Amino acid sequence: MSAQISPEALREVALSREEYDLAVRLLCREPNTVELGVLGAMWSEHCGYKNSRPLLGMFPSEGTAVLQGPGENAGAVRLGGGLAAVFKVESHNHPSAIEPYQGAATGVGGIVRDIFTMGARPVALLNSLRFGPLDERESRMLLAGVVRGIGDYGNSLGIPTVGGEIGFSPSYRGNPLVNAMCVGVAPADELVRGLAGAPGNVLLLVGADTGRDGIHGATFASVDDPQESHKGVIQVGNPFMEKLLMEACLELLGSPHVVGMQDLGAAGLTSSSVECAGRTGSGVEMDVSQISRRETGMTPYEVMLSESQERMLLVVTPDGADAVRRVFEKWDLHSDVIGVVTDDGLLRVRDGAVTVCELPVHLLTEDVPRYTRVGKPSTALLARRERDITPLVAGVTLPVHEQLLTLLGSPNIGSKRWAWEQYDHTIQTSTTLGPGAADAAVICVRQTGEGLALTMDCNSRHCLLDPYAGGMGAVVEAARNLACVGARPLGLTNCLNFGNPEKPEVYWHLSECIRGMADACTTLGIPVVSGNVSLYNESERQAVYPTPVVGMVGSLPDVTKAVGLGFREGCAVYMLSAGPVPTLAGSEWLAVLSGVDAGLPPLPDLDGEARLHELLRSGINDGWILSAHDVSEGGLAVALAECAIAGDAGLPAALPSEAMSVEHLFGETPGVVIIGVRADQSTTLETRSSQANLACHSLGVAVGRDLTVEGVFTIAVEQLTAAHSRALEAQVTRFDP
Amino acid sequence: MKIGVITFPGSNGDMDCIHTLEQIGGCEPELIWHKSTDLLAADALVLPGGFAHGDYLRVGAIARFSPVMREVERFAGAGRPVLGICNGFQVLTEAGLLPGALLRNQHILFRCAWVHVRVESTGSPWLAGAQTGQVLKVAVAHGQGNYFADSDSLNGLQSRSQVALRYCDADGVVTADSNHNGSVLSIAGVTNDAGNVLGMMPHPERSSDPLLGSSDGRVMFESVVRSLIGVAS
Repeated sequence: MSAQISPEALREVALSREEYDLAVRLLCREPNTVELGVLGAMWSEHCGYKNSRPLLGMFPSEGTAVLQGPGENAGAVRLGGGLAAVFKVESHNHPSAIEPYQGAATGVGGIVRDIFTMGARPVALLNSLRFGPLDERESRMLLAGVVRGIGDYGNSLGIPTVGGEIGFSPSYRGNPLVNAMCVGVAPADELVRGLAGAPGNVLLLVGADTGRDGIHGATFASVDDPQESHKGVIQVGNPFMEKLLMEACLELLGSPHVVGMQDLGAAGLTSSSVECAGRTGSGVEMDVSQISRRETGMTPYEVMLSESQERMLLVVTPDGADAVRRVFEKWDLHSDVIGVVTDDGLLRVRDGAVTVCELPVHLLTEDVPRYTRVGKPSTALLARRERDITPLVAGVTLPVHEQLLTLLGSPNIGSKRWAWEQYDHTIQTSTTLGPGAADAAVICVRQTGEGLALTMDCNSRHCLLDPYAGGMGAVVEAARNLACVGARPLGLTNCLNFGNPEKPEVYWHLSECIRGMADACTTLGIPVVSGNVSLYNESERQAVYPTPVVGMVGSLPDVTKAVGLGFREGCAVYMLSAGPVPTLAGSEWLAVLSGVDAGLPPLPDLDGEARLHELLRSGINDGWILSAHDVSEGGLAVALAECAIAGDAGLPAALPSEAMSVEHLFGETPGVVIIGVRADQSTTLETRSSQANLACHSLGVAVGRDLTVEGVFTIAVEQLTAAHSRALEAQVTRFDP
Repeated sequence: MKIGVITFPGSNGDMDCIHTLEQIGGCEPELIWHKSTDLLAADALVLPGGFAHGDYLRVGAIARFSPVMREVERFAGAGRPVLGICNGFQVLTEAGLLPGALLRNQHILFRCAWVHVRVESTGSPWLAGAQTGQVLKVAVAHGQGNYFADSDSLNGLQSRSQVALRYCDADGVVTADSNHNGSVLSIAGVTNDAGNVLGMMPHPERSSDPLLGSSDGRVMFESVVRSLIGVAS
């Protein structure tokens, strides 16, 4: 049946021969060129989640706070005062590999549209970035371009970029990860959905004109090796246009004429119209000749698959189009009536009088092939996990205080100030704990005084070595970071960055990470309300480290109660622990000082974590815990140094004798937090921690200008700060942009 | 007192100004759309930060042609208080209401940080309640805040006390390190000859709440309200 179609034509749309045959069988005919393009886009991993959807079913997505779960433009959870937090994370990895500035900028643009499409005003941006080694020129160039792209776009929109993470590892060489998260606030009862509604409703395309940029972006995101061929598909961002679009769309909130909104992202008009129709079980009919173009001679195929940025699809009532268009005119935005909602369940595209595409919506949404594969770790990975790291540890002969300074100055642990100073994080006058100040960013919800706490986390080395523990670790670390500012998690979004899932070892990582994340979410009671899957992150046939980035949103009733990570002079400093013994296996210490990622990282104790987080929240909101910081990469010694640097205060710490080994100072384990307690409340802490069955060690009182671990080292806070602050800047400024 | 905050397409600090002004006793802030030629009987005007008209061509270059700007010029010409913050400062220099120009930061990059400025002159109604030499902790967030004027203009600015704010360290000392964007003479803000128009790169509206890191910016809004009350009574 499919003898006619050439392998080239299939490669162009990234469909396999089997998938093509399936489509022909379901359609009872061969698709024409336009239809083939539409099929390829909708059946891509990026739009159709064909490899990941069966696995995503493991995530819990329900809870009392959930207002909108997965399947919409973004998820939403309930806040106080009748408000909702709307949030999602999305990747723009492949475009950023080719053109870091525009790739990252349009990544921000896309995720912001997802949020205001839901009727929410964006109040914060975060990002999670991964690059190859910082001492390589290409990585520095990508870092500089991505950071500038994120900054220029978000700064122009007036949305503060308040947090995130940046990591470096050789596995991201040639395939950086650029994940952007946006959070918005909306009245809970006015959330807008991407719905087509009743037949006869009018489709309005608003914003930028349609050009040839980004054609095949969705399929491009679903093949490996971005460097190879796809330079023509990069979109170019226009934040000014997006700002106007955002203000106009938000001005339309509550309008009785607006039935649905859907932004145009991957696969452009094709996916946005199909998704709207699919959600209400209706059809859509569009005339591409009515669409304003920025180039002449564009074919219907190109118009349907263009990924030109800053465009929105609105579904409006038949009598409301004029009123809606007047709002866009106020903002000098152009809008075209391009079609109507029908009741025949078809995506029908006309070019004037000629029908160029007629496909069942069902075929494009529900009939997407689903693959459940069998995963298996590679033998190389098994060897890495089982490697005895004892000789490596013994091989590190650097004095302990120099080990600490080396770690503080290393790219993964060092200060990211160089990056976040390029992001406007004070606009909207609501950032109470900005970048670098606390374990999670905290912003004030102006209407209610509630604090919104936000974080993004993932330790990809742990995910490589033990994907179940690593996936779980990403969730518990995010939850712990929220607890460290006093917030309770409300919901989670994720961006699953993996290699080619057709490889058994990649699929094993994907499925095990998801299983670990899902178990953590279920035990801690945190619903997954939105997410994004980015597969085929490979270059030169090597997959990136499995990187399931978790974005978490939490809240605390009174924003003024939130605490930072820095020592406060005079506070009694304690170490609270719910975790297993620290280990150097899979640690940052081992990676930095031996150059090896090996061993089995520890598995979080979920029940212990839950008790720890509860204690932190209670102590912070009751005002007797005045600072909190979790122990993560670099272990206890680095955590203490970070508290000293952030608080610009010293600590003479006395550690229990068994905790003075390199394993205890630099080993990593989940569930350990350094807290500063009001001097007169030590007894409260000791009682509460013993009730919660948490190990609690008094370390000393924060005072002076030195960080001392008795019997091990004394380093001036200034020296720690100098090592930490220069980490990124010293490297990046080697590159002349 | 009615304080008009002008929204250009691309302005993004307008709502921050409204929010902060609402916290200042005696202030009634109101937005004014850039296509309007009605200043809504405002007693003072604020041109907020952002990227008016996308900063296309050159920062502030298109905004000066927005319809509202003719009214702003008339308002300023009548000696009434006008404050340009960040992009608003850039617009005022393009419109010729303030001397000098704002170039790309010396280190090229956009920079968002807390800095200190020293009050050099209190002649403007926006600074009348501050003390000369007073140090304010304020937020900056800009890519093009490197103030420039030629040496003749600078001599004139200094002799007429038009230099309102200079970047300094926490102790009020003007140092090379504290001049974070390379501005000539570390200038962070200037006034027109009459003093009623003030332009500044730092954001007083983001520096008016201790919870956000500083409330030192409030003095500017409180000053203008007090001087307007003085005029009215």
